[in-house]
Amino acid sequence: MPKRTDIQSVLVIGSGPIVIGQAAEFDYSGTQACRILRAEGLRVILVNSNPATIMTDPEIADATYVEPITPEFVEKIIAKERPDALLPTLGGQTALNTAISMHEQGVLEKYGVELIGANVEAINKGEDRDLFKEVVEAVNAKIGHGESARSVICHTMDDVIAGVDTLGGYPVVVRPSFTMGGAGSGFAHDEEELRRIAGQGLTLSPTTEVLLEESILGWKEYELELMRDKNDNVVVVCSIENFDPMGVHTGDSITVAPAMTLTDREYQRLRDVGIAIIREVGVDTGGCNIQFAIDPVDGRVIVIEMNPRVSRSSALASKATGFPIAKIAAKLAVGYTLDEIPNDITEKTPASFEPTLDYVVVKAPRFAFEKFPSADSTLTTTMKSVGEAMAIGRNFTEAFQKALRSLEKKGSQFTFVGETGDKTALLEESVRPTDGRINTVMEAIRAGATQEEIFEYTKIDPWFVDQLFLIKEIADELAAAERLDTDLLAEAKRHGFSDHQIAEIRGLREDVVREVRHALGVRPVYKTVDTCAAEFAAKTPYFYSSYDEENEVAKRDKPAVIILGSGPNRIGQGIEFDYSCVHASFALSDAGYETVMVNCNPETVSTDYDTSDRLYFEPLTLEDVLEIVHAESLAGPIAGVVVQLGGQTPLGLAQALKDNGVPVVGTSPEAIHAAEDRGAFGRVLAEAGLPAPKHGTATTFAEAKTIADEIGYPVLVRPSYVLGGRGMEIVYDETRLSSYIEESTEISPSRPVLVDRFLDDAIEIDVDALYDGTELYLGGVMEHIEEAGIHSGDSACALPPITLGGFDIKRLRASTEGIAKGVGVRGLINIQFAMAGDILYVLEANPRASRTVPFTSKATAVPLAKAAARISLGATIAELRAEGLLPREGDGGTLPMDAPISVKEAVMPWSRFRDIHGRGVDTVLGPEMRSTGEVMGIDSVFGTAYAKSQAGAYGPLPTKGRAFISVANRDKRSMIFPARELVAHGFELLATSGTAEVLKRNGINATVVRKQSEGEGPNGEKTIVQLIHEGDVDLIVNTPYGTGGRLDGYDIRTAAVARSVPCLTTVQALAAAVQGIDALNHGDVGVRSLQEHAEHLTAARD
Amino acid sequence: MTTSTRGAKTPAVLVLEDGRIFRGRAYGAVGETFGEAVFSTGMTGYQETLTDPSYHRQVVVMTAPHVGNTGVNDEDPESGQIWVAGYVVRDPARVPSNWRSQRSLDDELVQQGVVGISGVDTRALTRHLRERGAMRVGIFSGEAVAGSIDEASLLAKVQDAPQMKGANLSAEVATKEAYVVPAIGTKKFTVAAVDLGIKGMTPHRMAERGIEVHVLPATATVEDIYAVNPDGVFFSNGPGDPATADHPVSVMQGVLERKTPLFGICFGNQILGRSLGFGTFKLKYGHRGINQPVQDRTTGKVEVTAHNHGFAVDAPLDKVSETPYGRAEVSHVCLNDQVVEGLRLLDQPAFSVQYHPEAAAGPHDAAYLFDRFVTLMEAERA
Repeated sequence: MPKRTDIQSVLVIGSGPIVIGQAAEFDYSGTQACRILRAEGLRVILVNSNPATIMTDPEIADATYVEPITPEFVEKIIAKERPDALLPTLGGQTALNTAISMHEQGVLEKYGVELIGANVEAINKGEDRDLFKEVVEAVNAKIGHGESARSVICHTMDDVIAGVDTLGGYPVVVRPSFTMGGAGSGFAHDEEELRRIAGQGLTLSPTTEVLLEESILGWKEYELELMRDKNDNVVVVCSIENFDPMGVHTGDSITVAPAMTLTDREYQRLRDVGIAIIREVGVDTGGCNIQFAIDPVDGRVIVIEMNPRVSRSSALASKATGFPIAKIAAKLAVGYTLDEIPNDITEKTPASFEPTLDYVVVKAPRFAFEKFPSADSTLTTTMKSVGEAMAIGRNFTEAFQKALRSLEKKGSQFTFVGETGDKTALLEESVRPTDGRINTVMEAIRAGATQEEIFEYTKIDPWFVDQLFLIKEIADELAAAERLDTDLLAEAKRHGFSDHQIAEIRGLREDVVREVRHALGVRPVYKTVDTCAAEFAAKTPYFYSSYDEENEVAKRDKPAVIILGSGPNRIGQGIEFDYSCVHASFALSDAGYETVMVNCNPETVSTDYDTSDRLYFEPLTLEDVLEIVHAESLAGPIAGVVVQLGGQTPLGLAQALKDNGVPVVGTSPEAIHAAEDRGAFGRVLAEAGLPAPKHGTATTFAEAKTIADEIGYPVLVRPSYVLGGRGMEIVYDETRLSSYIEESTEISPSRPVLVDRFLDDAIEIDVDALYDGTELYLGGVMEHIEEAGIHSGDSACALPPITLGGFDIKRLRASTEGIAKGVGVRGLINIQFAMAGDILYVLEANPRASRTVPFTSKATAVPLAKAAARISLGATIAELRAEGLLPREGDGGTLPMDAPISVKEAVMPWSRFRDIHGRGVDTVLGPEMRSTGEVMGIDSVFGTAYAKSQAGAYGPLPTKGRAFISVANRDKRSMIFPARELVAHGFELLATSGTAEVLKRNGINATVVRKQSEGEGPNGEKTIVQLIHEGDVDLIVNTPYGTGGRLDGYDIRTAAVARSVPCLTTVQALAAAVQGIDALNHGDVGVRSLQEHAEHLTAARD
Repeated sequence: MTTSTRGAKTPAVLVLEDGRIFRGRAYGAVGETFGEAVFSTGMTGYQETLTDPSYHRQVVVMTAPHVGNTGVNDEDPESGQIWVAGYVVRDPARVPSNWRSQRSLDDELVQQGVVGISGVDTRALTRHLRERGAMRVGIFSGEAVAGSIDEASLLAKVQDAPQMKGANLSAEVATKEAYVVPAIGTKKFTVAAVDLGIKGMTPHRMAERGIEVHVLPATATVEDIYAVNPDGVFFSNGPGDPATADHPVSVMQGVLERKTPLFGICFGNQILGRSLGFGTFKLKYGHRGINQPVQDRTTGKVEVTAHNHGFAVDAPLDKVSETPYGRAEVSHVCLNDQVVEGLRLLDQPAFSVQYHPEAAAGPHDAAYLFDRFVTLMEAERA
C-alpha cells in the first residue's frame, strides 16, 4: 500500500538554534524530509527559528515560518495553516517536546492535526526512564536478552550498604532523587566513599532517597540505528562502536562504523534486542537509535537508552552508509513501506535491506574548551563538543588518521617527534577522558607503554589499542628507513599518514614529501560509498580517498566547479558557511556546471550526496584538496575552485592552492591577503580615505602602556596570531593591562600583542556586500544591539538598521565600495564598522561569505551566496539583476519603508559547562565569540521582532512580574529610562543598594535586596541569588565590570542560567527588551511566513 | 601477545582465470590453492563463513576490510573444519579481541592449511567479479612465487582447475555416518535430515523446537529415511551444482510420494525445485551475505536474510504451477533481483527456501520457518 491519500499538508518542526547536542544534523534531516514530502505532492509547512539553515530557505517548504518554536507560536501557525498532520521526529528534542506539549494541551486535537512518524505513547516510552526500563524488561521476557543497569532505591545508610551487594560490588553510582541538575551524584569505589557520597545524597534529597546503580564505566559502548515501517518491517541501518568506553557521551566519543569487535553471535543479539525494543516501544514508522553497553569480561548486554526519532547518530549513520534515514523516515511517515522505497544509490534495489560497508568510518568530536577557560574539560555523560568530523578509509588506521586531521586543530594529528613525557605520568593522565586524550595515549605508547598498560588505564578495546601500536610502528619504520621508497610510502599512506606527518618524522618540508610521493606514483584512488559493498553498481558519485588500487571516478564532459566546505562545526565557523556552500552548489548547477563538493562534516546538508553532482567526503587540508583537484582534472575540465564560501578553512588554503597551480576563482589570494594582513589593509583604508581606530603593536608591557597612554583607555588587546576573537579582551586600566601581558605567555617579537583603541559606546555595524569589480550590491546593513566590544557573532542585531538614517547608509555604501574595490573583491565581502562620535571607523573586513549571509539573505529575500558563486565564475551584478537572481533595482541598502524588521539573536552554551568545582561558568559577553548558534525574529516592528528573537533563543520575555536590576556604574545613566518603562508595564523592581539609590533619586521605586556577599539578613531576608533560585525573579538585568568568579554578578548570572531566567547583560539589550515587552503587552503578536514577507518585499520593490 | 602477520611480508599473488592479477601478502597457510572466486558481503561472522560446507571448493573474498578482529573460538564454527578453498582479505587483525576468543584466525588458517592472501584491493576484485561473474581463481605464495613470477604459467594452472558448474560435491562434505542431535527439552518430533553439507546451527534450531534430528549421509536412501520413522524430512544446504544432484532428487521424490512434511534449505530448495520439474541455473555472481531483503509472498513482509548460493531455481513468479505433486508456487523472492528464494506446495506439506533461516552468520528474521515446519508436522499428526 503506497502513500496515504488522507494527508494533504504536513507541519514539520525544526530544531531551532544550534546548541551543543542539537546541531546542524537536524538541518540535514529536516531539509531531506521537507524535500521528500514536497516531492510527494504534500503542502509542507515548516517552523524553525534558525535562519542559518537550508531548511528555512523559502524554496524548501511551501510556507516557511521563521518563528519561535514554542507551543504558543506553533499553535498560531497551526491555526493559520490548518495542516492535516504534524511530523515531530526530525527536529530533535525541541520538536519532540513541542509536539508532546501541544498534544497535552489539546492543541492537536482542537485543530484535528494527526501526529505522524511517532505516537505519543511511543515517545513517552522511549523518553521516560522508568517506562523505558519496563520496555527493556518486557523485551527480556520475550527474547531472553537485554537488561537495564541494575539499581536499588535506598532510604537509609543501611539500605545503601546492603545495596552494594545486590549490585555485585563496587564501584557504584549514587544518584540522589529530585535534586537540581543531578547535584550530589557520584561514583563510590569503596565503603568510605560510599558513606560520604550517599550520606550527602540522602541529606540533599528532599525525599531522603538515593538511587544506587551498578557502574558500567569502562564497558564497551555500541549504537544501532533502526528503521521500522507500518508493516512491521525492521532494518538495522548501521552499527556504531565507540572507541572511548562507557562514561563519555557518544557525541564526545570517537566512534567507528561498523562495529569492529563483535562476533556475529553478539552482533545478532544486539540486533534482536534492538528490533524487539522498537516494536515494544511502538515506533510505527520511522527511525530510532538504541545505545548498548557490553561488559568486556563476559559480554553482558545492557540497554542504556533509545531515541524514538532522527538523531545526531542517525545523521552520522546516513553519511556513513549512504542510507538516508531522514528521507526514508519521511516517506514511511506518509504511508510507504521500506520495500516500496528504492535505494537511491543503486536505484535498482529496495530500501528494505541492511547496508553493508567495505570501508571504515571514524567520527571525531571537535571541542571548544579554549573558549571557556574556567570550564572543566573532563568528558562526561553530558555532551560538550560543538562539532565533529567524519572520515572514511579502507581500514581503521586510514579513516582514523584522516578524521584526526579533519578536525583542523593544532595538535589533533598524531606527532611522533620530540621528547615524550614520563610513561607513568602519561598513563595516569590518560585515565581522564578529555579533548586530546588520544594524543596522550599515543605519547604514552611512544614513551614505552605496553598494550596491556594502555588497556588497563583507558579501557579502550585491545583491538583499537593494537591499531594505535600499528600506527606507531609505521612511524618508527618511517623514521628508521634509509630513504622513502615506494613500498614504505604506500604503506604509510595506507595507514592514513599525511604528508605533513611524514615530513615531520623525516625532518623534511611537506611539499618535498609530496613531490617525492608524486614522483614515485603514490597517489590515492577514490572509492564509492554504495550501501552494498560493491554487490550492485552505484549510480551516486559519493567518494572517499584510499591508497588502494582501483579508482572509481568517472569521466565527465561538463566543466566542474569544486566547492570547498567549512569542515567541522566550531564556535565562529558553523552551519552558516555550509549554507553558503550549498547555495553555491545549487546556483552553479543551475548555471550549467558540474558541482563537486568537498567537506568532512557529517552533520551538514553539503555532505548529503543529493546536494552536488559529486561529493568527496575528505579532510580540508592542502594535501587532500590537491589530490581531489588532481583526480577531477583527470576526469574532465575544471572551471575553478571556490574558497570564499566555507569560512576561514578554505580561505586559508587559497594562496597555497594557487601556488600549486589550482584555479582559485572569485576573490584572488592576493586580495584575501590585502584584507587579512594588517599592514596591507591599512594601506587599502588609507587610499580610500577611511579611518580605523588608533592602534599599535607591543611585545612588552612598557610598549603596550605607551600605546595605551597615547590612544587612551579602554583599549582592546589581543594576540596577533589567533582568529575568532580568541584571547581578546577589553582593558579599562593599566593594572589589568599589566596582568594581561603577564598572563599572555606566548608574546614574542614575532607574535606581538595588538592594542587598539576601544570605541566605548560606539554602535557596531555589519555589512554584507557583493562586488564584481565594477558594481557594488549592498546586501544588507545590520545594526548591533550590543555596543562595540562584544563579538559580532555574540551580539544581537537588527536589519534594516533601526537607528541609522539615509545619510549613514550612504556613507556605509561608499566605504564598503572603497574597500571592496581597494581589496579586489570578486564575490562577497563582510565589513564591520563602528560609529562613534559621528565618525565611521572600519574595524575589519573579511573577503568571504560571512556568518550573517543566511540571515541577510532571508531578511531581504535575496540569495546572496548564490549570487557570490556566480560572480566568482565571471557573472556580473548587472547580468544577475537581468536574470532575476538579484532584484532588478535597488539593494539591501534601499529597502522599502515598510520592509519587515529582522532581529538576529545569538544563543550561548553556558548551561553545558561547569568548572572543576561543579559551578556554572560566567555568562558575560565579550570580544571573544562563544555562541553556538542563532535565531531570527521577523515582524513589522522592532519590538515584536526582538521579542520573537528572545522567545526563540531563550524562552519568552516576561510581560509582568519582578525584575532585578544591578548595573555597573558606567551603565547607570542609560538604565533609567528602560527601568521606568518596566515599572509602567507593572513590573516590581528589585535592586541592590547602589542601583536602588540611583533609581530612587530618579523617582523610581525599587525594593532593595541583599547581595550574595552580604549573606542572608538577620530576619531571614534572602539574597538575590537565593531569590533567583527560588523562582521569585522573572527578569534579570546585570551588566558586568570585569570578569571572574569573585564578583557578585557571577553568582547572579549563573543562577539565572540554572533557573532559565532571562538575563540581560548590557543596557542596550535592556532597552530592546523593554520594546519587546511593550509589543507583547500591546496587541496580538502574529505569524507570517517568509514567502509572504518576500511577496510583500518584491511587490514593494516593483 | 601479538601474532603479527604484518611483520612477515611474504608476497602472494591472486590470479583470476580471465588473467587479472592482484598482488598482496600471504595470509594463513603459505602455498597454492584453487577454486571458484566468490565474494561475501557479511561484516560479521567470518568463523561461520569459513566453516560453512557450502563454500567447499570456493575461494572467498571478504568485502569487509577487517577480518579476524574477534579471533577464533570453539563455539561458533558451523562444522568440524574450515571448508573454503582459499581466503582473500584486506586487513587481517594482528591482535584478536573478544572475551570468547581462544586463538587468532591467522593461526587457525595456518593450522588447517588454508591458503589466503591479504592486502589486496578487495573492492576492485569484487567489482570485477560482479561485472564478469564468478570465475576460477588461484592464490599463490611462498615457493610458488619465489623469484620472478611467471604469470602465464600461474594462469595456466588456474585455467586447468575444475569448474563449479557441473560439480557434484555434497558427498565430499557430508557426514559419512548418521548421527542424532537430541531435542532440547521435551522431544516432540523426529526429523530425518539429509546432509548435503549441513551447517551445525540447522539441527540446533530444530532441536530448540523439540525436534530430535537424525542427520543422515548424502547417500541416504528413501528406506534409510523412513527407518528413523520421521515426522518430517529435511534437506540441507550444500555445495556444488544442483543439476548434478540426481540422487537427492530421486530420494526427495520418494518423500513427496509419501506426503511426509518436508522442509529444504538452500541446496534443499534447489532439490525441491528439480523434484517438481523446475530447472536450475547459475547466477552471474550469486548471493553471499547477511543483508538480503526477501519478501514472504504469503504475508508481504520483508525479512533480512543470510544467503550463500550461486545457483537458483527457475520457477515462474507470476503464477501457480502444476507439478506431479500438485500445485506449487514461489513463496519467497529476493527483492534485489527477483530471484526465487522459496517454494511451497499447496496440496501437500512441503516447502523450502533458498536462503538460511538458521542464520549463522546472519539475522534471525527467518527463524519462523522452523516454526512453520513444526506446524506442518503438528497438522499431519492431528
